[in-house]
Amino acid sequence: MNWLISPKALRRQGVMGMNQRNLHFVGRYNPRQAYPLVDNKLRTKRLAERAGIPMPALIHEVSRQHQIEAIEPDLSRLDEFVIKPAHGSGGKGILVIASRDRGAFVKSSGERVDLNHVKHLLTNIISGLYSLGGRSDDAIIESLVHTHPMFSNLSIDGVPDIRVIVFKGFPVMAMLRLGTHASDGKANLHQGAIGVGIDIQTGEGIGAVQRNRPLTKHPDTGEPLQGIAIPNWRDLLTLAARCHDVTGLGYLGCDIVIDADKGPLLLEMNARPGLGIQIANGNGLGERLEAIEGLELFAPSLEERVDHAMNGLGHSFGTAV
Amino acid sequence: MQRWPFVLAVALLFLTGLSIAAYRYLDTGMPPLPGQERTVWQIEARIGFTADGGAAEALLTLPPDQNGFEFLSETGASPGFGFAIDRAGPQRRAHWTKRTVEGSQTLFYKLDLVQDTGRRVTEDEPNRRRAVSFDGAYATAANEVLNALTPKSANAKSLAEQLIQEINTEPQDQNMSLLLQRYSAVRLTGALLSQANVSARTVKALRLRDGRRRQRLRDYLQVWDNDGWLLFDPRRGLIEDTADILVWQTGNPAVLEVIGGSRSRVTFSMVSQTHSALGLARERYNPFDLSLQSLPIAEQGMFKLIMTLPVGALVVVFMRLFVGVPTSGTFMPVLIALAFLQTELLAGLIGLVLVVGAGLLLRFYLSALNLLLVARIATIVVLVIALVTLLAVVSYRLGLISGLAITFFPMVILAWTVERMSILWEEEGPLEALIQGAGSLLVAVLAYSVMSLAAVRHLAFNFPELHLCVLAAILLLGRYTGYRLLELHRFTPFLKHSP
Repeated sequence: MNWLISPKALRRQGVMGMNQRNLHFVGRYNPRQAYPLVDNKLRTKRLAERAGIPMPALIHEVSRQHQIEAIEPDLSRLDEFVIKPAHGSGGKGILVIASRDRGAFVKSSGERVDLNHVKHLLTNIISGLYSLGGRSDDAIIESLVHTHPMFSNLSIDGVPDIRVIVFKGFPVMAMLRLGTHASDGKANLHQGAIGVGIDIQTGEGIGAVQRNRPLTKHPDTGEPLQGIAIPNWRDLLTLAARCHDVTGLGYLGCDIVIDADKGPLLLEMNARPGLGIQIANGNGLGERLEAIEGLELFAPSLEERVDHAMNGLGHSFGTAV
Repeated sequence: MQRWPFVLAVALLFLTGLSIAAYRYLDTGMPPLPGQERTVWQIEARIGFTADGGAAEALLTLPPDQNGFEFLSETGASPGFGFAIDRAGPQRRAHWTKRTVEGSQTLFYKLDLVQDTGRRVTEDEPNRRRAVSFDGAYATAANEVLNALTPKSANAKSLAEQLIQEINTEPQDQNMSLLLQRYSAVRLTGALLSQANVSARTVKALRLRDGRRRQRLRDYLQVWDNDGWLLFDPRRGLIEDTADILVWQTGNPAVLEVIGGSRSRVTFSMVSQTHSALGLARERYNPFDLSLQSLPIAEQGMFKLIMTLPVGALVVVFMRLFVGVPTSGTFMPVLIALAFLQTELLAGLIGLVLVVGAGLLLRFYLSALNLLLVARIATIVVLVIALVTLLAVVSYRLGLISGLAITFFPMVILAWTVERMSILWEEEGPLEALIQGAGSLLVAVLAYSVMSLAAVRHLAFNFPELHLCVLAAILLLGRYTGYRLLELHRFTPFLKHSP
């Protein structure tokens, strides 16, 4: 049978299911009161700023209709920026303006939009169109991330990001997410983005999947997906591990981008990170999480935790395939 | 919570539920399955009126002994009122009295009866009398209608059929429409039949439907045919199967008379029970009775529905946590299943898909209008109501009575479904919207099929303690950390790593 796998085989490979994630990890290690810190990107930004964690700079925040008019002159002067809802999920309601052309705003896809379009989007965001449950929301206008040149042919439209799962402060698994035409440039696996498993020890690519199927070349650009190596891997892991320290979340996913000039920047955090990362890595999370749960270390320092991850968490993980 | 205390608590809940149910089975003889017993109907008439402040009297006409039903018991006691049953007139009447009474009053009359299709009551041939004498132009019109129809009919039954058909055919001929301007359809049919020397009378009767509340009496026509009364629906003709129609009032006096009060009204609620009449009687006189059967009948009807909800919730929990079917909205499927229970599955399913589908099309237009969220939802609520109205009217016109069932769907839930589906459609693509929509429907249909099982309904209502077992199952599923069935498919890429 090719379309079913036995629970036994999955358990042997330590693959974590949704129920186990919710009950054993998210439910047990993530205190409820810490959720707003990561669900609200504005609060994440303030938190990161205080703790000195690098993020794309906040240009404006809009929470009321009249503020849209107030920032209009400033908006017209900006050449590039990103608008996103504070409570958005799955890349909904995000507008990336990459340049200007005679008054018009040019999106990263090359499409032109006018000021009214931008204002409409802001109105929609604050009225709650993109937030869960339709509650009114804040809109964030932040500086644009410039894709690191090594990714230039690897992603369509959006900036590729690196999702790192951090458990009790230890980075345990990582994946590079690349936008495709199918995913409309978004970095969401279930929308058709490519997930490239990354060796947690070295930052090198393991293998790529799109919609559960392995692939070797980017379907839109033809760029080979083998031999990817993330620069400044240690810095990136350190950044991810610090996210645990500032939020107090025991099980979280950090989305990190690599800016051409500023290096790794935290994009957002997720208190319920998805399970697709296991497929991209060809490796289950279960064993790694158990290894950390069984670790007898008292309050390990940031450096110790990153070292531990880069030493393969005491095992030889991440070398499958 | 640790593992063992949890398992113990669940086991305790389960055993408690089972043992209370077993005890009640042994004690009251309540059958554990819906059985072959005769159906017992409990009917409750709720009379309301506003008393003027002085003495007040209320008189409720009671149903006559009739074919197909056997009366078991009746009660009419209401606090503060004197109660007696008056047998003097042509029909028995319940009589409530009070010396001084003011404000709004509610009186109850409860009747238990057994459906027994074999039971016959001897009926006397009525005295022939003219109920209505036509005058002037109406007399001529009546004669012409009868002259046209009498040759086409063989006996009283076929004449009545012809008349009803004639009255309900659009457009009517001149004579008929003249008569209908003056007399209601049912009264006119009766009067014309009397004119043709056929004994006929209009009666008020109650349709017995399990769990219905706030029902009213409806007009029917009875025609004497040699050895007994035949019952006619004034719109559709002869009713062959009268098993679930209880004739309540057959002539004068009126159903309800209130002296010393105003704004009087009477509504009927009913539930059917399948347990033995003996058990029923025993429970009734037990002062420590804590079963649902001790509630007023209108509330019992509601509880029959409410008590199936936990079962539906269990189905949803199972489908989401164990199977992993995606649904839009956590418990929306249960609400839809609840609506299905009242609409019948096929009619409900077709209605739901039509309304949500049409709602989606309109919603796509709305998104071009760029409205704020609250206004948009409100607009969709209005549109959904318009669609439901349209569907009801069109299907009724086409003769599909079941189309009216769409009104059982909660409108606001329908509106939110449309909104959620359309957002899903725009953002995740039609595929994701279809998957979640189909998932919700699948879970709703499953929940419906379980909730509508006769055995489940019977157990849920008659043995409410079994809900402790349902609760135990939900708690167990809430701690299930194994793989969901659909994950076994999702994680197939791991097949190549396994030996």
